[in-house]
Amino acid sequence: MSTRLQSLGRMIDRSKPVEFTFNGKRLRGYQGDTLASAMLANDQMMMGRSFKYHRPRGVVASGAEEPNALFNMGTGDRFEPNQRATTQEVFDGLTIKSQNHYPSLEFDIGAVNQLFARWLPAGFYYKMFIHPRPFWKYVYEPFIRQSAGLGQVPKEKDADTYEHFYFFCDVLVAGGGIAGLAAALKAGKEGKRVLLLEQTADFGGRAVVDGVEIDGKSASDWVAETLAALNAMENVTVRSRNMVAGVYDHGYVLGYERLTDHLSDKSGPRHRLWRIRAGEIVSATGAIERPLSFYGNDIPGVMLASAVRDYVVNWGVSCGDRTVVVTNNDDAYRTAITLKQAGLSVPAIIDARSSGAGPIAAEAEKLGIKVMKGKAIAKVKGKKRVTGVQICLQAGEGSVIEEIACDCVAMSGGWSPVVHLWSHCGGKLNWDDDLAMFRPNPEKPPLGADGQAFVSVVGSANGHLSTAAVLADAGQTVTTNEPAEAAIQPVWMMPQGAGVKLRSKAWLDYQNDVKVSDVQLAAQEGYESVEHTKRYTTLGMATDQGKLSNINGLATLSAALDSTIPNVGTTTFRPPYTPISLGAITGVARDELFQPVRKTPMFQWHDANGSEWEPVGGQWRRTYAYVRDGETTKDAVNREIVNTRENVGLLDASTLGKIIVKGPDAGKFLDMLYTNMMSNLKIGKCRYGLMCNENGFLMDDGVVIRLDEDTWLCHTTTGGAAHTHDWMEDWLQCEWWDWKVYTANVTEQYAQVAIAGPKARQVLEKLGGMDVSKDAIGFMEFKDGTLGGFDARVHRISFSGELSFEVAVPASQGAAFWDALLEAGAEFGVMPYGTEAMHIMRAEKGFIMIGDETDGTIIPQDLNLHWALSKKKDDYLGKRAQERSFMASPDRWKLVGVETLDGSVIEDGAYVPAPGNNPNGQRNVQGRVTSTYYSPTLKRGIAMALVKNGPDRMGEVIEFNKEDGTMVKAKIVDPVFYDKDGEKQNV
Amino acid sequence: MLILHCPYCGVYAEETELHAGGEAHLKRATIGDSDEAFEEYLFMRENKKGVHLERWRHANGCGKWFLCARDTATLEVYGTYPAQTTEPPADIVAAITAKHPGWSWKEKA
Repeated sequence: MSTRLQSLGRMIDRSKPVEFTFNGKRLRGYQGDTLASAMLANDQMMMGRSFKYHRPRGVVASGAEEPNALFNMGTGDRFEPNQRATTQEVFDGLTIKSQNHYPSLEFDIGAVNQLFARWLPAGFYYKMFIHPRPFWKYVYEPFIRQSAGLGQVPKEKDADTYEHFYFFCDVLVAGGGIAGLAAALKAGKEGKRVLLLEQTADFGGRAVVDGVEIDGKSASDWVAETLAALNAMENVTVRSRNMVAGVYDHGYVLGYERLTDHLSDKSGPRHRLWRIRAGEIVSATGAIERPLSFYGNDIPGVMLASAVRDYVVNWGVSCGDRTVVVTNNDDAYRTAITLKQAGLSVPAIIDARSSGAGPIAAEAEKLGIKVMKGKAIAKVKGKKRVTGVQICLQAGEGSVIEEIACDCVAMSGGWSPVVHLWSHCGGKLNWDDDLAMFRPNPEKPPLGADGQAFVSVVGSANGHLSTAAVLADAGQTVTTNEPAEAAIQPVWMMPQGAGVKLRSKAWLDYQNDVKVSDVQLAAQEGYESVEHTKRYTTLGMATDQGKLSNINGLATLSAALDSTIPNVGTTTFRPPYTPISLGAITGVARDELFQPVRKTPMFQWHDANGSEWEPVGGQWRRTYAYVRDGETTKDAVNREIVNTRENVGLLDASTLGKIIVKGPDAGKFLDMLYTNMMSNLKIGKCRYGLMCNENGFLMDDGVVIRLDEDTWLCHTTTGGAAHTHDWMEDWLQCEWWDWKVYTANVTEQYAQVAIAGPKARQVLEKLGGMDVSKDAIGFMEFKDGTLGGFDARVHRISFSGELSFEVAVPASQGAAFWDALLEAGAEFGVMPYGTEAMHIMRAEKGFIMIGDETDGTIIPQDLNLHWALSKKKDDYLGKRAQERSFMASPDRWKLVGVETLDGSVIEDGAYVPAPGNNPNGQRNVQGRVTSTYYSPTLKRGIAMALVKNGPDRMGEVIEFNKEDGTMVKAKIVDPVFYDKDGEKQNV
Repeated sequence: MLILHCPYCGVYAEETELHAGGEAHLKRATIGDSDEAFEEYLFMRENKKGVHLERWRHANGCGKWFLCARDTATLEVYGTYPAQTTEPPADIVAAITAKHPGWSWKEKA
């Protein structure tokens, strides 16, 4: 059993016990415990079930690489799945639940999958779910969805807050082990601005656990002194519980700081994302121990040798009374010695090397530990806990020599440098045959903007495994008490000649249940690329991203392919190093801070008067309709339309884009930008214009007015203002840079109101101040003046088809002007109307709407807007494109009006089917609806549609489909449904 | 996340301040040009693994477009220069060819 020891445990404070809940059971730990160490102290070795076969799994590691010990953590609005027990510190009140089992961790129905393991090999998804076809939808997919995933999805909104933090430094050191501390000290002494980040709560890394002596001092003293020196430097910043998650282009780095994850008090931000720009990045990220591949290496109690040592030294926890150590290198001997010195039993060290270890072997033997050379584990016995191991020859096929009873197996397959940060931006690796590891290739570093390396690697991350070599790599020459080590012997399969029975229970990827036999099957089926094998078998695709499994997996693959490890290569290392919370990425950009909201000067009046808000053009809020008590939204829209058509309505049109184009060449420029002529527009006149992109497609529309000899004001759509301004600047800066033109986006400088309806003129006359008669301001003209004391520019333009004035006043006067209009208009029955009423009224008039009648594939000719395409101009943007044969084809769908025979409203997005099927077996179509509304003016459904040869088919009855599968008959008509001759707007 | 020098306002701007604008030095084809020439202008783009000449706009800064010579694979930046030119300046071409002898850009040497 695993238990708490009386002594040891440098991380825990035995005077501060904490209580936490595991599956409803109350357990005790100490402050400083990780969840994993506290669980082990309570003899809870089994911590989860695997993904595919639901096999019982215990904790394997003691750090970020842990694949098995994942928990649903917290409750309610602080619930989060897949939290790693090895990196989560315990605190009073912590609540966790085990994952991926039903009904309980101890007894799990899904474990029946193990019995079918023969039929669930690599790629089983692709093989067995193909036939019969209908089974996919009704049997396979529901089953897979039911069993997919590990933890549960949070159901409540996250109660925690998160924030971003910006930091700039000359040197960023990632990792607070001895290499990182030494590197930071060196850079600090050089006067550089240094940031040192350590992912755990503790500095010093393995050196402290292993009790190394550095220049006669204990490692912990050396670490304490170095930390003190760093903290005393003003130019050095040191942070713990802050992981370098990723290295990005040109020295951008993300640090993931966990502020309250280890505390009962959850006030303040939970995580802080450090957005760092570093001149130089030093990766001192250490190394991770590899498991060995033998039968039953996933049974709870089989752990990494270094982890077993960590639990004893750091947290005073024994993982078992009797631990068998199995290794191919000298380092695991330290675990045996540590256990023995802690009073625990080590029946044997199984060393796969026939030559055995260096001087450390004698030390172990002196303590009475039996060392078995050239041996291997044939099988681990036990189901939910190790009960013993069967020993065989490493060189053989697994014939059992003897059986040793034990409750823990400490394994070591050697060490893999953590090269992630080196690799994130393209640093390449070399395979070191002697050390059996991938190391950073100094010839091929990630490059910065200047073409020079911007990441370097020191210490174990660079492949140095002894304390003296690690510190030498970081620039310090020291003497240590570490004995010389014998060479590692790569062991990718244990025993070497293991048959299929042993291989199919030898795990590579614990979390995703990938075995040696799966990778071999992939190779056999032709998956030669490591990237393909990864995806076929899911090796390394779990939440641990293969930290333990990748090297073993690709060694297995290379052996199966009869190739070499460097030939097979690694998969790509991508950030983040370990998963980071979505909250940290979001920071404060949520709820009302997610995006800025743009409000017109009249926003508050709208809001206080029943406005139903609609987001327009991304950030603007416009009123869809002003809903009164007892009305539905539809009632309100219809009322607003009827009142505008009979009396007078007000529309807040302030969001419309307004761009000033000024200069001696402004006319020439606008002639290129618009399809029609703008240079000959007379001062004081308005003209409706179309803008196309270079592909010929309609992009934006609006009314252009000429203010003076060299100044025009271009109105754009609400959503198109910023883009149109950018578009203008692009052409002026990059193509016609010698043209003398300035542009300015003045959208927000003006409040604009459309006063529309037969009584519109009377309202303005009541305000008084300028002559608004037909003779003074004709249709498509504008005048500057004052209205009721407001500085006003009055345009006679109409989007509703009624007599209409669009009046612009300075934004600061907008709210007061709106109030004045309401007061002056009261006796004429004035009522504001929203965007939906505006949309319906323009559809009644057959006016197009960018985004409804256009979708980025529509040219003006499709919309019968030939009259707006100037024949006098040699060129305009889009003109050449419109000459292409497809654009000029008579078969293009063209705009028509349609009226249902029964007066009903055609459904949004309805198509007009045509006979037969296309080559993909889909029904042919000959048209689609673009705008469809109920017209309260005509008291029937009206619509516009793009129909093949539409304008030539006036009067023909066509059919639109409906969601219920039936069709509705509609007649092709002129798209102008209301006041065809424009008599109402031109009065 | 790239950092590029804006040749107008002099700021070393982070990518969040910039908008990418695709290939630089396009030659506009228009009325009178062949379908092939127009297709080349509108659709055909360099897609190099290596040194690329590209457009960037200091959109959340001074608003100016500028051009950049950048290696798309290593992200090395050989220089940025104003957009009002039809070819890269000699010093930037020299910096590129020093590292990539014989480098050429479309029809320009």
